[in-house]
Amino acid sequence: MAIDVVDDRFDATGHEPVISARDVRVWYGTTRGAIRAVDGVSFDLAPGETLGLVGESGCGKSTLGRGLMGLLPEGAKRDGQVLFRGQDIFRLSPKASYRLRGSELGMIFQEPLTRLNPLMRISQHFEETIKEHEPRLTKDEIRERALEVLRLMGIPPTRYRSYPHEFSGGMRQRLMIALALVLRPAFVVADEPTTALDVLVEAQIVQILNDLRRNFQTSLLLITHNVGIVAEACDRVAVMYAGRIVEQGKVAEVFKNPQHPYTRELLRSTISLHTTGLNYIPGAPPDLVDPPDGCRFHPRCPAAMDVCATKNPVNIERAGGGRVECWLAGPEDQIPEGGKRPLKQEELTVADEA
Amino acid sequence: MTGAPLVAVRDLSVHFELRGGTLSRLLGRDTGTIRAVDGVNLDLAPGEVVGLVGESGSGKSTLGRALLGLVPATSGSIHLRDDDIADLNRRQLRGIRRTVQMVFQDPNAALNPSMTVEEAVGDALRVHGMRSASERRAGVITALERVGLSPVELFLSKYPRDLSGGQKQRVVLARAIVLEPELLVADEPVSMLDMSVRAKILQLMLDLKDELSLTYVYITHDLATAKYFCDRIAIMYLGRIVEIGPTEEIFAQPRHPYTKALLAAIPDPDPDTSVPRNLPRGEIPDAAQPPLGCAFHPRCPEAVAQCGWESRDLRVLLEEHWLRDAAAYDEEKRIVGDLDHLDVPSTTASVGSGGSAAVRAVLDGVKKEDPGEPMWKGVTAMEDSGSGVTMHFEPAEAPALRRAGGVDVACVLYPDEGAEGS
Repeated sequence: MAIDVVDDRFDATGHEPVISARDVRVWYGTTRGAIRAVDGVSFDLAPGETLGLVGESGCGKSTLGRGLMGLLPEGAKRDGQVLFRGQDIFRLSPKASYRLRGSELGMIFQEPLTRLNPLMRISQHFEETIKEHEPRLTKDEIRERALEVLRLMGIPPTRYRSYPHEFSGGMRQRLMIALALVLRPAFVVADEPTTALDVLVEAQIVQILNDLRRNFQTSLLLITHNVGIVAEACDRVAVMYAGRIVEQGKVAEVFKNPQHPYTRELLRSTISLHTTGLNYIPGAPPDLVDPPDGCRFHPRCPAAMDVCATKNPVNIERAGGGRVECWLAGPEDQIPEGGKRPLKQEELTVADEA
Repeated sequence: MTGAPLVAVRDLSVHFELRGGTLSRLLGRDTGTIRAVDGVNLDLAPGEVVGLVGESGSGKSTLGRALLGLVPATSGSIHLRDDDIADLNRRQLRGIRRTVQMVFQDPNAALNPSMTVEEAVGDALRVHGMRSASERRAGVITALERVGLSPVELFLSKYPRDLSGGQKQRVVLARAIVLEPELLVADEPVSMLDMSVRAKILQLMLDLKDELSLTYVYITHDLATAKYFCDRIAIMYLGRIVEIGPTEEIFAQPRHPYTKALLAAIPDPDPDTSVPRNLPRGEIPDAAQPPLGCAFHPRCPEAVAQCGWESRDLRVLLEEHWLRDAAAYDEEKRIVGDLDHLDVPSTTASVGSGGSAAVRAVLDGVKKEDPGEPMWKGVTAMEDSGSGVTMHFEPAEAPALRRAGGVDVACVLYPDEGAEGS
């Protein structure tokens, strides 16, 4: 099977993708060497589509989100190609990239209180945001626009001139989402937008995110560690492990019929109302300065074969749609002779446990 | 429940005074009281796992801390066998903590970064009078082996920064069990951990319970882990237990509308099930000014007339109406006038500055828009007053915990079965 990186095979809907990421890499320099937090990630996002990016802490999902936005800390480097409406946003000048953020690319953070200015009224937040990108609008037009998006987020117009501290946690997250959406960006990254919230409020926010595509035609990259949220709010899911997307596809397809053992084990270890026994993944995610050879999951994988420890798995089309990289899924013809013998794994001690 | 309970909590209240700013203190303004725990009764049988479940602000953590005497009780009692924890001084409380220990949520904050694992776990032994270093070391080693941190030599001299999240939580558990307590209060012990690690720590806690005959109080906002972990569950809302009973019973047939809502809101990984869209609106209210009647009534889809409808509910209703009908906002806002005075809780509410007829028309419009809105059940009368109208609401009934089937529920929808039976 020929592996061609730049084609439209990641696009599930057939539309022209809004975002098309190819071989994205992000690394942080440390004294021990480079931490390869994101190591060759490719995906497409169609207009109005929500892609869930799920994985454990340290798998690189937040780094990927910030990398796409160009919001990486100093000392981090990024590489690869991210096409947004035909231009590679990784190659833009800082000024052009600044103009794109807010108006075309939006970001929703985890902790809303740290992102709102406590000394500014909500009205001032909106005035500042809108004026920066559309300086010709009058104050009344700004108010109208802001009230419209606040209304869709369930914040009554009577609260327009309140301060951030006068709102509850869930309301603040709605404000953040409203601020991110008021300029109608085509693409939004939401980094754990519900993690700090309570169950009922979380469900409210998930419904708001669910309605996004209807109201705004926004494409959303929803970063979360909660597979339940993915099932609830996303069209497609990308499962990330140790800096790579190991499986992606339609949520129903991937969750019902996981082909990568990591996806399967992650779902099995999730405690839901139907849980009858406790399952967990032995061991801990690898050190990304020096990740294991072959498949990065092989030291923890219950189905690991000899080939997994030596040869990188190939990113192939998933039976049932999507992509997967795991030798169990193939391609058969690239597995060396005898490579399918079960791998003798070293006994994992608690010393290696997470 | 058979035999004497290990812990018996009776009418426990923990209130915090709000101090306010310097100015309001100088002026002697009343700044209010937060009723974090408000009249809670709870028995813990030896060997039992009781879950305290609720959203943030429900008082579950405060109740847990009160069990260790970490927050002073305002009234009521907490009997640990013959001692009343609510009544002990600091020295006496130290003795209690041989029997009752706590596991905290955030292992990063619970461990001193400048103490090695051996020092952190051994410190509890030192505080409780074990002078000999070799004895302490032996105790530490036993505890670390019990929590699965072996080979022990590898961990003794490690600092928290050298450990992963799961390992840190194991150290926190080791520190909690090193004194061989009978009761462990675990406050969200797994919610900071990754999904793949949570199950490991929960399994460890279950193993420890069997091995050391522990009794657990498991505090969490996550009903899914509580379902797996607990024998009995108490659902808390704004300082009170609203439903308590055996885990199977609570999950098989949730009775309180709040319990039902919590259960429905859990996102499930199964793509075939989805969270219903008619979830309760709003958030847990301000504990300094709780709603009248049942604290859950403003969000309750099943609320009836006597649930405690009041002025603030009218404000919320009007605001929600303007969310749906944005075009009417400017005009109608002028007719109903300022709403801020509605924030003072009262069973009468006056609104309007644009004439009684106009205000009535606005309110009729709101009612017509959603006739099923429970608040209207609580309106007993509406009369013209000045340039607006005054609404009167049904007097509030604050429901107490009552027997309903296999559980106890605090909700007017469940009249007392026990009173008729006995």
